[in-house]
Amino acid sequence: MLFEQLLFFVAGGGAVAGALGVVLLRNPFFSVLALVAHLISLAVLFLLLSAAFLAAAQVVVYAGAVMVLYVFVVAYIGGADEDLRPRAGGVAAVLGPVFAVVLLVELTIAIVGSSLSALDTRGAEIGAGFGSPGEIGALLLNRFLIVFEAASFLLLIAAIGAVVLAAKRRGLDDPDDVISVAELARGDVGTQKEAIG
Amino acid sequence: MDIAWFVVLSAFIFCIGAAGVLTRRSPLVVLLCLELMLNAGNLALIAFARMVGNQEGHVFALIVMVIAACEVVIGLGIIVAMYRRRLPIDVDSMSELRG
Repeated sequence: MLFEQLLFFVAGGGAVAGALGVVLLRNPFFSVLALVAHLISLAVLFLLLSAAFLAAAQVVVYAGAVMVLYVFVVAYIGGADEDLRPRAGGVAAVLGPVFAVVLLVELTIAIVGSSLSALDTRGAEIGAGFGSPGEIGALLLNRFLIVFEAASFLLLIAAIGAVVLAAKRRGLDDPDDVISVAELARGDVGTQKEAIG
Repeated sequence: MDIAWFVVLSAFIFCIGAAGVLTRRSPLVVLLCLELMLNAGNLALIAFARMVGNQEGHVFALIVMVIAACEVVIGLGIIVAMYRRRLPIDVDSMSELRG
């Protein structure tokens, strides 16, 4: 019991510190690293809530795969330090934190004042397999099969969309970049050989 | 630990993320802050799933992860496209849909 509380405060503190790091650090690369720390702390919290499969998915999919994508993009566009001071005439930079604090107060009032009496308990009685990969997999493939298929289709669309968005388009950006007939006759224009260089 | 602790923590993280989305200028960091908000939602979903003792919340959280991954992929694709066209990497100057 004491160990559980200790773990909650360590992981919760880590999650909040990581979140603050994402928002407050100037260099986007460090923001990404802070988000990794935040996600791993969240995985510990998921374990405390006996969501074993989701904790594993969080570490593997989020802290692993998605964050690698971020690191690559930051390295590609060269993450320069960002000036965090509010821009002259920028209303959002001043009102943003105010809005966030108001939202926090409102949400806390809603949670504390809610009539969900089970909020002040440690949760319902659960079996030993609660949140295990087997049970989640059975739910996904039986009750939520259509949702599961829709999610996989959505991932496919997103992957195609990313390729279309980020693909290099020859001759579109620069009007001088016109392919001449002589170049076309060379035979290797617009081929993969040319793309590789 | 009472479930309320987890839900309040999730509200806290959500608000930090919301502040970041509203104040930061780099679209990369705005995407990161969106991740924060989605993860806070996930934490609340899992806390409530534990409260009711029902695993359907876990499936919901898993789908939120899928949505977050899609959003990241498309968002980063747009940022790379902005970089390729030598547009400023700044959300304030991105006010038109036409590049």
